[in-house]
Amino acid sequence: MEMPEPNGAVLAKRAQVLARLREVLPQEALITDETGCRAYECDALTAYRCIPMAVALPSCTEDVAEILRICHDEGVPVVPRGSGTSLAGGALPSADSVVIGVARLRDVLEVNTQDRYVRVQAGITNLAVTAHIEGDGFFYAPDPSSQLACAISGNIAMNSGGAHCLKYGVTTNNLLGVTMVLMDGTIMTLGGPYLDAGGLDLLGVVCGSEGQLGIVTEATLKILPKPEGARPVLMGFDSNEVAGACVSDIIKAGILPVAIEFMDRPCIRACEDFAKAGYPDCEALLIVEVEGSPREIDEQLARIKDIAQRHAPIELRESASAEESARIWLGRKSAFGAMGQINDYMCLDGTIPVSSLPLVLRRIGEMSRDYGLDVANVFHAGDGNMHPLILFDANKPGDLERCEAFGADILKLCVEVGGCLTGEHGVGIEKRDLMGVQYTAADMEAQMRIKDVFDARWLMNAAKVFPLAASATRRAA
Amino acid sequence: MRPESEQDLSEMVRATVAPLRIMGGGTRDMGGPVAGAVLSTAGLSGITLYDPGALTLVVRAGTPLAETQAALASEGQRLAFEPMDMRALLGTQGVPSVGGMVAANASGPRRVQAGACRDSLIGVRFVDGTGAIIKNGGRVMKNVTGYDLVKLMAGSWGTLGVMTECAFKLLPAPETEATLRSAPLSVPDAVRVMSAALGTPYEVSGAAVDSEGCVCLRIEGFARQVAYRTAQLQAALGGDWQVLEAPESVALWRNIRDVTEFAGLAGDVWRVSVAPSAAPDLVARMSCPVILDWGGGLLWFLTPEGVDLRARLGAFAGHATLVRASHVTRARMAVFPPQPAALEKIAQGLRMKFDPRGVLNPAMMG
Repeated sequence: MEMPEPNGAVLAKRAQVLARLREVLPQEALITDETGCRAYECDALTAYRCIPMAVALPSCTEDVAEILRICHDEGVPVVPRGSGTSLAGGALPSADSVVIGVARLRDVLEVNTQDRYVRVQAGITNLAVTAHIEGDGFFYAPDPSSQLACAISGNIAMNSGGAHCLKYGVTTNNLLGVTMVLMDGTIMTLGGPYLDAGGLDLLGVVCGSEGQLGIVTEATLKILPKPEGARPVLMGFDSNEVAGACVSDIIKAGILPVAIEFMDRPCIRACEDFAKAGYPDCEALLIVEVEGSPREIDEQLARIKDIAQRHAPIELRESASAEESARIWLGRKSAFGAMGQINDYMCLDGTIPVSSLPLVLRRIGEMSRDYGLDVANVFHAGDGNMHPLILFDANKPGDLERCEAFGADILKLCVEVGGCLTGEHGVGIEKRDLMGVQYTAADMEAQMRIKDVFDARWLMNAAKVFPLAASATRRAA
Repeated sequence: MRPESEQDLSEMVRATVAPLRIMGGGTRDMGGPVAGAVLSTAGLSGITLYDPGALTLVVRAGTPLAETQAALASEGQRLAFEPMDMRALLGTQGVPSVGGMVAANASGPRRVQAGACRDSLIGVRFVDGTGAIIKNGGRVMKNVTGYDLVKLMAGSWGTLGVMTECAFKLLPAPETEATLRSAPLSVPDAVRVMSAALGTPYEVSGAAVDSEGCVCLRIEGFARQVAYRTAQLQAALGGDWQVLEAPESVALWRNIRDVTEFAGLAGDVWRVSVAPSAAPDLVARMSCPVILDWGGGLLWFLTPEGVDLRARLGAFAGHATLVRASHVTRARMAVFPPQPAALEKIAQGLRMKFDPRGVLNPAMMG
């Protein structure tokens, strides 16, 4: 993955920039030594690394504004950072950049269960939000797999999803307001503790803008009452087509499960070896979970099992206890760990129309044979968000490149059938050069105009999202 | 002007030298008065793709909303956000269109549970003020590829582009519904009760106060589920509740959705968005007829003609939109909530980028 050459003029005035930052920040809030900065050289896309010029860890919105004002004034690029869990390289620094991390902004500012919102500083982790309110019977719905570590600021930047999106939506559907700082230091508040912001929906465009429009320091989040209970049913089928048809039929029957997870044979086997969840040996496995009171769950699961029976499942197992539910989920939740034990892997994130599932899985199988690389599929079937895991050997020359080419082909296939390149991980640097597969030059121009308005000099996280060639003139200006 | 294709539309916008007044069905006559030739999207009509098994619909912007909803109903599905029909309230004629609904981000009582129009909207195609054809999003419900212009287009009232096609995430229509209706309550008590109801796990899909001051709570789902949840809710809330079964419940929520109570009555109509717990104070400050929806988060005020509600309310955390007023009043008073300077600068910047010549609904949003 290519990154632009660092700006020599910026590197040359490093000392001057750092001196100005020292004037406004407490000593412990600015990291300038190489060892300290190295800790910020990458995010969860660890194949790409670069040590930044400095790292600033402000502890209030005003400090963020001061830092940005100086960087804007000096023409220094900045890279916003939440917890650094991006799988797409969204927080990858450049050598001429100042990383601005929000890790010290992690307070809960307000809990209002009557109006059903919380206001938090944006560096707080996703799970900490729910932990703070679950005693009151509430939760924050978006649940990305990294929720133990990932920050709300990063969730907003990437519009993060999770396993329960079919019912609860993604970050943008659960975000009521933000306080953010623009590249020129302007502090701005969008939305608030009410359901719609006035004027143009700027909040909607900030959410998912991958840290290119501003640094979010506070967020107002919608919270929901916890359901009475939840229970999964596990079903095994002897073909992907049949499993796909079963998903469609469940949805068409008017039932809205909170999650429908899909695993294919390679994934089932790896998980079973790793987690001993008691999965059947079959081609395709579905875990369908519904919520409600015990009787409501019984009724919904009875309908779901009726539908599944029409597709001749080779296994149909309803959880009878909390332990059994945990065991059913255990296999699915250990999928990535199980794969990591076998091999290096690359995790993709394309979304497809659910109806294209059998076709896409068949084509991925064919490509897997052509590339000589194994692939396992685990998939949020309800919303079409696929996570093919391509297995490769990082120590084998050429394997990573082959894996990346295979991944690109899968993502092109996702777009070809009516889907998209990324469902919840974001574009970052990882899928930047594939944007042209999904969008025309005019489509990308329309998006880049937005950045022109928020960050006219293209200093904030500028080498991400758009193909470098497409953004070149703007970044150079 | 009535383009018959996206290409036609692109050429018309490119060629125009005078402002255009963008019109779908013409039923949502809101915003600042726009002088300009009418550009109708009625020629861009028809469902492009309906995939019930994937809960997805793609439809051209000029398609009548009723036609779209009928197609969904035949598969037991629906647009979850319950878009308001504004004809009764505004006294307009015509046929509401999909594009107009999106341009207005029209969202009804189910907003508290299912989100707004913008939350169900997953893709758009539009022609901007330079004539460029732009698409954003797509037809899948999880998509973070590039910036989300889909949300930006919803509620932009045709000022950033003319929508040609919209894609939606759908939800199954429930088997049935029922509504619990209380005795008349004071506004503070009503808001407290609605907040308590919305804080239960029973998935209340509507929480409003009707014109008689009675709290109405809607539950939707399978028949047995609705029976269970309405019983649980009554037990949790206490007090006496009347249970309205489906046909009556449906009619009641249609009236709340469309604010039919204020239809035909003289005066201006304002729509205020606020945190529910702040609602009682605002209602007290106005002392005029009011309807509460969204658990108290949405207030509809009927005020004497020409009254500046914003001045009367003073500062509060929320905002007010002037939904119905004479052209004279709308020319004198900002229809949409005035924005703080930093936001207004961004909004103006975006308009300059998407419509540099100012030909799309100029003055519509102030």
